[in-house]
Amino acid sequence: MSIDLKTVKHISKLARISIDDEKANKLKGDLNNIFEFIEKLNELNTDNVQALTSIAETTLRFRKDEIKSENIREKILKNSPEENKDFFVVPKVVE
Amino acid sequence: MSDITSQSLFELTSNIKEKKLSSEEITKAFIYRAEKSKKLNVYVTDNFERAIDQSKKFDSNPNLDLKLPGIPIAVKDLFCTNGVRTTAGSKILNNFVPTYESTVTQNLWSQGAILLGKLNCDEFAMGSSNETSFFGNVQNPVGENLVPGGSSGGSSAAVAANLTPVTIGTDTGGSIRQPASFTGTVGLKPTYGSCSRYGIVAFASSLDQAGPMTKNVRDCSMLLEVISSFDQKDSTSIDYKRNYYSKELSKDIKGKKIGIPKEYRVDNMPDEIEQLWKNGISYAKDCGAEIIDISLPHTNYALPTYYIVAPAEASSNLARYDGVKYGFRSTGQNLIEMYEKTRSEGFGDEVKRRIMIGTYVLSSGYYDAYYLKAQKVRQLIKKDFDDAFSKVDAILTPSTPSSAFKIGEKTNDPVSMYLNDIFTVPINLAGLPGISIPAGKDKNNYPLGLQVIGKPFDEQNILNISYALEDKINFKNDISDWWLSE
Repeated sequence: MSIDLKTVKHISKLARISIDDEKANKLKGDLNNIFEFIEKLNELNTDNVQALTSIAETTLRFRKDEIKSENIREKILKNSPEENKDFFVVPKVVE
Repeated sequence: MSDITSQSLFELTSNIKEKKLSSEEITKAFIYRAEKSKKLNVYVTDNFERAIDQSKKFDSNPNLDLKLPGIPIAVKDLFCTNGVRTTAGSKILNNFVPTYESTVTQNLWSQGAILLGKLNCDEFAMGSSNETSFFGNVQNPVGENLVPGGSSGGSSAAVAANLTPVTIGTDTGGSIRQPASFTGTVGLKPTYGSCSRYGIVAFASSLDQAGPMTKNVRDCSMLLEVISSFDQKDSTSIDYKRNYYSKELSKDIKGKKIGIPKEYRVDNMPDEIEQLWKNGISYAKDCGAEIIDISLPHTNYALPTYYIVAPAEASSNLARYDGVKYGFRSTGQNLIEMYEKTRSEGFGDEVKRRIMIGTYVLSSGYYDAYYLKAQKVRQLIKKDFDDAFSKVDAILTPSTPSSAFKIGEKTNDPVSMYLNDIFTVPINLAGLPGISIPAGKDKNNYPLGLQVIGKPFDEQNILNISYALEDKINFKNDISDWWLSE
């Protein structure tokens, strides 16, 4: 199978990365090369194989649901791209 | 006493403990050398002023019981450091200053180490040559215009060039072991779950591990002992009894069974690497180890599996970079356009390529054919190792299929770049520990490495085998300092 330009643009939309036609064409070539290489997996019959979902083979631990950090608003907002002391600022989303 | 910066971690620690050197003397020596080594481009952000202050503070009241007493250390710029910019080699995190510390780096400072600065790496650790970094490529001290490997390329170059006594890198598919091999240094990827992932910029969460990069095996054991710990803040951190790796380090490997997998003899592998491997095998025999031929039948499927699993996890992990709460932000007419332009301008080409692969293999209609298939093959790859380890104690292979290549040589061909990790990727997929040690040189005098792979949590065993081999190999890097400026 091969990935066409329409699919590349669809993936870029899903990934929220805008690309122009020139980049999309270049990506189309790269992705097709990479997927040609990935298709090798189809040589293997995996019908009776269980998918590996966790390499560590441990069950997730429970912990108490308790507040450990307090008054970290300033820390959380410190790297905010647009300054406003109490909130994250984004372009208007409600008309 | 030999020049300060060329000393091993073991020597520096001994000299501090015996009061032959102060932390300030050592810290200033590394900073002085770094100022003359800008051509290598190993630093993204330096912490020199604060490091000198901290070294003076250490000397005024030295605690000599610590494991890294007053030792200055630079780390890969993928570890979040409280108050010190952390970029992951990306434009999108160009202005990010964490307000918290990664567990692994905290373990260093708790044992007395001092942060020298943050080392260059491939963007989000995606690369095998350090050429995808937003901050430019790194020069390999081994020779001009050679890549230092990747993604921990700034780290490997810094250790080889005596710009830090030791460092820590991260390894998702070979990012510690391949650059160690390219620079004639030692690099260890621990068992998955050994070192905490808390505070490390995530790439592929089921594969990522932090690990030591050092001049020799003893230093490697000393550093692993400090950074490996159980951590509540990482849900896949494993609570098990860790060894005193440096105390239990031993060259006695008599009777150890070492497996040689026939599938690692790949097409077009240079004769020099075949010879290197043969030498390693005969040294292991000289040390009294038993050599056993083994088979890892799914080796050839490891890279294609990796290039589904790792990008899939990356596309999810990197979804957080949307320009809203931190990092670079572009402008758009509306929120969606702001996201799309931020990510388009903020990420480099390789990162975008991998996000696109990951998004595609996880998208509706393709999940079963790609992602689920890869998770099944990953099971087969793991089973290969389980079977092998029922017969042997460790596995010996080359670290890479070639020595360091020229800057720019492989940048236009992603697949040929990916092939670099052919011997290292299977170990991440199976969650095993692996170490690369320098084992010889090719015809251009560039270093080549051998890899020792162990059972889960058996770092002590692969350190001991490496320690024994290192002694027999007696590798000398002979770096000429060609990059130093006046």
